Order: sequence, then C-alpha cells, then structure tokens
Amino acid sequence: MTTELMTQLGYVLAAGLFIFGLKMLGSPATARRGNMISAIGMLVAIVSALLDQGIVDFTYIAAGMVVGGAIGAIAARAVAMTAMPEMVALFNGFGGAASLLVGWAALSPDSGTFTLITIVLSILIGGVTLTGSLIAYGKLSETIGSGAITFSGQQIVNSLVVLGIFGGAVMFCMNPADPTWLYIVIGLALVFGIMAVIPIGGADMPVVISLLNSYSGLAACAAGFAINNNVLIVAGSLVGASGIILTQIMCKAMNRSLSNVLFSGFASVSSEETVIEGEIKPISVDDAYYVLEAATNVAIIPGYGMAVAQAQHVVKELTELLENNGCEVNFGIHPVAGRMPGHMNVLLAEADVPYDQLLEMDEINPRMETVDVAIVIGANDVVNPAAREVESSPIYGMPVINVADARTVFVLKRSMASGFAGIENPLFYKENTRMLFGDAKESIGGLIREFS
Amino acid sequence: MSGAEYLLFILMLSIFLGFELINKVPATLHTPLMSGANAISGITVVGAVALAGTGNENAAMWLGVGAVTLASINVVGGYMVTDRMLSFFKKKED
Repeated sequence: MTTELMTQLGYVLAAGLFIFGLKMLGSPATARRGNMISAIGMLVAIVSALLDQGIVDFTYIAAGMVVGGAIGAIAARAVAMTAMPEMVALFNGFGGAASLLVGWAALSPDSGTFTLITIVLSILIGGVTLTGSLIAYGKLSETIGSGAITFSGQQIVNSLVVLGIFGGAVMFCMNPADPTWLYIVIGLALVFGIMAVIPIGGADMPVVISLLNSYSGLAACAAGFAINNNVLIVAGSLVGASGIILTQIMCKAMNRSLSNVLFSGFASVSSEETVIEGEIKPISVDDAYYVLEAATNVAIIPGYGMAVAQAQHVVKELTELLENNGCEVNFGIHPVAGRMPGHMNVLLAEADVPYDQLLEMDEINPRMETVDVAIVIGANDVVNPAAREVESSPIYGMPVINVADARTVFVLKRSMASGFAGIENPLFYKENTRMLFGDAKESIGGLIREFS
Repeated sequence: MSGAEYLLFILMLSIFLGFELINKVPATLHTPLMSGANAISGITVVGAVALAGTGNENAAMWLGVGAVTLASINVVGGYMVTDRMLSFFKKKED
C-alpha cells in the first residue's frame, strides 16, 4: 500500500470518527465518550497527514505543535466556567487565523483560477473570524466596553470595505503574481471583522459567538478547497453547519432575524412611556424563607446575573435544602440566558446540579401554573412579560419563561436598573412578585442560614 | 469525477449530514457542542503540517508553522475544555 493511499484512508477514518463523535454528543450520557472519539479522529487525521512524503523536516512542525498544544492545555485547565464564552470566542479566532495562514501559504505561481478563488475565500473568512472573534472576546471579557458602538456613516464605511474586498479579490485572482492585491484583501478582511462586531451589543453575543463558530468551520472548509484536502472540507462543513444551527436557535429565541441582530442592535428602543400599573414590593430574607419553607414546588430561573454573582454553588445548596424539605425543584433555562448557547447548563452542571433537573423553556412553561415559587436569579429580559403583553415593547413576540404564572415570584436583583436591552420589566410590578434586593449570592446565603 | 466537482460533492453531503447531526443535540449540551466543534475546526492543522514541513525556510513555511501553532491551540484546548465540561454533567441518582 502506498503512503498516499494510507493518508487518504486515514482521512476517511478520521471523518467517520468526527461524525460518530458528534452523533454521540446527542445525549448527555454518551457525550463525553463522543468527544473522546472525535479527539481520536483528530489524532488519526494528524498522523495520516504526517505520512505525507513532501514533509522532509519535522522540527518546526513539532515546535508548533508543542507550543500550541501547551498554550491550549493550560488555557483549558485554567479557564473558569463563567469565562467559557470569551474562551470559545478566542479559540474561534485562532481557528480562523490558522485557516487564513494556510490559504495564504497555499498560494503558488501555478495555482488555477478555482484554487485562487478558494484561497481568497479562506483568507477572507479566516480574517473576518480572527478580528471578529478578538472583538467578541474583548466585549465578553469586558476588556473593551460591551455596548454597541455605532457612528454616523457606519453603513457607508462598511459598504466601502465590502466593495474594496470584492475589488481586491477580483484583481488578485487576475494578477496572482502581484502580492499587493493579496495584502489589500487580507487587510480589509481584518478591518471588516472589526466593523462587523463592534455595532453588536452584549445581549446579542450568543448570536455572534455562534456565527463566528460557524465561520471558523467555513474558513477551514475553504482552506480545504485551497489545498485540495477532503478531510478539511468534511470537518469544516460539520462545524459550519453546527454554528449555523446554533445561530438560528439563538435568533429564534430572541424573535429577531439574523440581519436585525447584525445590523441594527437594540439602539432604537422606543422612548414612549409605557405605563406600568402596580408597585414594587420588596421582601426580606426572613419572609422569603417562610414562603419557601411552605412551598412544595419551586422553579429557579437563572440568568447571566447568576454567573456574575458566582451564585451557582449556593443555588445548588439551597436546592438540596428545599428537596430535603420535601419540595420539588426544577430549573427553567431560556435558550439565550447567559452569554453563549447552553452557558447556564454548564455552570449548573459544574455546581453538581443533575442535568435532568434543567428544563428547557418549552418544558417548564406548561408546568408554571403548578409552581408555588418561581425564583428569578439575575435574569431579566428572558422573563419579561412585556414580550407577551406589551405590543409596543421592542421585545414583543420574544418567547419568554412565564414566571408570572407561578403562585409567587421572587426576583433576586441588585437594584432596579433595567436589563441589557434597557427595557422596563412589568414583572417587577405584578401582584404576585416580591423583590429580594441585594447580591444574589448573599441573599441565597441568607436563605440557607435560615434553613439550617 | 475529479478535482473541484468532487470536492463540491463532498461539501454538499457533509453540510446536510452536519445539519442532521447537530439538530439532535439537546440545548443543555450546546456549550460543549460549540467548544467541541471548535476543536474540530482545528483540522486546519492537517493542511498546515504539509506546508510547515517543506524544509525550505521561505515565507510559505513560516506561515505554515504559524498555522500549525494556532490550530494546535484549538485542537488541544478545544478537546480538553470540552472534556472538562462534559465531566460535570451528571444524572440525578435516586
């Protein structure tokens, strides 16, 4: 058997293992083994690639792998689960950058037009993914402001950048020998990544991070075309499809179209006065304890505020105390709670909450009427009844968790400031709502002390 | 079939397969799915090694070395952090 054939068969095996691994990610019971199988697939792919007889010097390959692998391993061990969104954003960026470099390096004087087009595509998508992800990282980790950055003439600037990329790409494909056009395309792709993400606000980050995830796959896919490698195409398009599906789910959960998220932001919030009836009714930890002590069915609805307050471990402790008291406790997770898809689930899993206790929005809503106490921790827009009741509200039509259907609602909140979207929340004024003001971690700690 | 058409054929099939597979992943696993997919997108390393191992110390080789390094961060970091996350997911024991 020739080594060329062995390499190709290795790629087939690797692709099969990726597919099988992703299939096993379909259930929490098999997911960990699935990830392991996918990792074995990657190992097979890399070993097969190293059989390539064009490789004469392994020094730099080994050096790159050791340095990169060490950085990756350290980051993977050190990262806190609350910081997962920015870490994934950063990794997306590295993936995009790698595809950009591969596309660039694949350029040779005898490349045909089709190859040149795919080289441009991998540079373009890779470049946008790189800078877009770095901006997303900055916003998520709050090293730069997480708000939307808009300025007058933004659309015009963006249009010019797109035109420039298109023109540069065409010129490059016609004169591949002149590197000037290539540099122009690379530069503009990097600029475009920045321009595309700065106008998007913090609350829309789940969409952006899903979309960049998809781009990193598509960039690998384009690089696969550029170097004529089918395992890159298979793996890249699997990742691309995954990111696109997550993007769709996030958009649907916010009742917004993708173009609305990408191009408008929440900047145009109507300033009209919505008259909210009722008043704010605060409750003390003592009184909250008596209500909880009598409850037989409690639903907890966490949001990003729970992650900020690092309250997930005390929440778990409270859950156990309630269960020992003969109470049923479930969690209601909104698809866009947190800063990336499934963020709350990972935080609660880390705090030892079993995954079968975490219910999706569609599962918890029909049960809400039988719930004695719904506890909202650091969530705001995802429980805002205005989405159902106030037609003029910017979030009208967005599916929300109907906590107001529960007998009593506790809202744990630092102060009366409105959520990320800057929208008033009529939930706080409802007849059956009680506000437990203060740091979520301390409030829950107070409840725990009352129980024990 | 050869060349571009063949690659496009593979592309089409794997996109459809990807949609089928990912649609079955429950919401509770979306973060591990994303970081696991991220690790898979490090597949670029496979293309990068051939470019980094040519032995001629020219620009293309250094670009390849850069790509190997970045993609290795993705592969190793992505798989490890996904495994770490998935180790937290436990079923309720009764």
